[in-house]
Amino acid sequence: MKEVLDKDSNLTTPQLTELIDLVKKIHGFDFGDYTKASLKRRLARIMMLKKLSFYDLKHILVNDQAFFQEFLEEITVNVTEMFRDPSFYKALNAQVIPYLSTYQYTKIWCAGCSSGEEVYSLAILLKEEGLGKKSFIYGTDINTEVLKEARKGIYSLRKIKSYAENYLFTGLPGSITDHFTIMYDAAAIHSELKQNTLFSVHNLISDTIFNEFQMISCRNVFIYFETELQERILDLFYKSLCPLGYLCLGNKETIRSDNFRKKFKVINQKENIYQKIGS
Amino acid sequence: MLLLGGSAGSFKLLFRLVKLLPHDFNKTVIIIIHRKKNFFSEIEKLFAENSRMLLREISDKDPIESNAIYIAPANYHTLLEKKGYFSLDVSEAIWYSKPSIDVTFESAADVFGKSCTAILFSGANQDGAEGLLKLRQSGALTIAQHPEDAEMAEMPNAAISINGAGYILRTTEIFELLQNGT
Repeated sequence: MKEVLDKDSNLTTPQLTELIDLVKKIHGFDFGDYTKASLKRRLARIMMLKKLSFYDLKHILVNDQAFFQEFLEEITVNVTEMFRDPSFYKALNAQVIPYLSTYQYTKIWCAGCSSGEEVYSLAILLKEEGLGKKSFIYGTDINTEVLKEARKGIYSLRKIKSYAENYLFTGLPGSITDHFTIMYDAAAIHSELKQNTLFSVHNLISDTIFNEFQMISCRNVFIYFETELQERILDLFYKSLCPLGYLCLGNKETIRSDNFRKKFKVINQKENIYQKIGS
Repeated sequence: MLLLGGSAGSFKLLFRLVKLLPHDFNKTVIIIIHRKKNFFSEIEKLFAENSRMLLREISDKDPIESNAIYIAPANYHTLLEKKGYFSLDVSEAIWYSKPSIDVTFESAADVFGKSCTAILFSGANQDGAEGLLKLRQSGALTIAQHPEDAEMAEMPNAAISINGAGYILRTTEIFELLQNGT
């Protein structure tokens, strides 16, 4: 599908700043340290989809409380896949799972989990490696609507078909459909895989530590944040990890901060898997 | 800044172009080619081995340097930030494409405007046309490969039909232009 942005839905930089300030003042969400080019595109997209001018958008953000949830959903990118970057899951299996299996119980935090695909991918991997019964995955997101989808764990068959190819490349046994119950044109994740998951709201920018983890996966979230904000969140992750805990970032995301480069050891350069060192 | 966008039927051509650019080209070159996500294409490797300029696949927040060739990674959109670095985005595919040429072109238009030169090559869909138009409107030099020279004419044709291309050049002309520096 082509998005045609008409002239009205183009935002100037001062307008962008104005909207960021407005959202912060009225709704308490701070998008000030989001990368600007991407944020601008998302806002232009909302304006186009809703046929709103800049002034309409300001007005509706101030006066329509219910609209904000929808706004939040649109502004945060919720595109995700099961087993996105199969090579990452391969690396995880080879380099991290053996260590996790030495713990009596493994807690994993999937930060920015969107509609749950990555949480369930991890659940499948852990189950296949015999850690299903001794692990727990927390999925968090700032967006309550996507979390509802995540809790359901029901995906369209069309999506599952596209994930099946990823699954194949991970080298895991069988096929992705082994983990789902297919009903008409939808697929529901097996309840045993759901048992050890919990989805809740957490805002990486304003919320704090809520548990201690052996592994944190935060993939394709940092791409929307400027480096200063990344550093603040790295601090949160560092404090949330147990000694020698693992941090997984997206395929194209690296730790930019010199400070945190010293505090995390690179386990896999290509897949951006790190291990907490020091204390 | 030189932006090169291509899809089906443009790979060999872009490869030849990369080979041709001198080590002191002194511009930022950004290449957006459509490709499939999981086939960890050897494109970067192949290109890097044959380039006289520094060539790398873009990672998030990489600084935009001059005298380097950057390749947009598969399964992400590539955006340019005013602060002088790249940012990536995993949002919806456009024209079934991620990377989308439109996204990068529009972003370049917004941030760098008239200091850009953009060329749109062969392709079997309409990605890049809108972006080329945005670049043209912001004062950039925009070029479409002559449809008769393109293996797949749809992409350059789409750009030409909406007046996105300031120039329509033969492949040989494009090569001459780049050899002499834009």
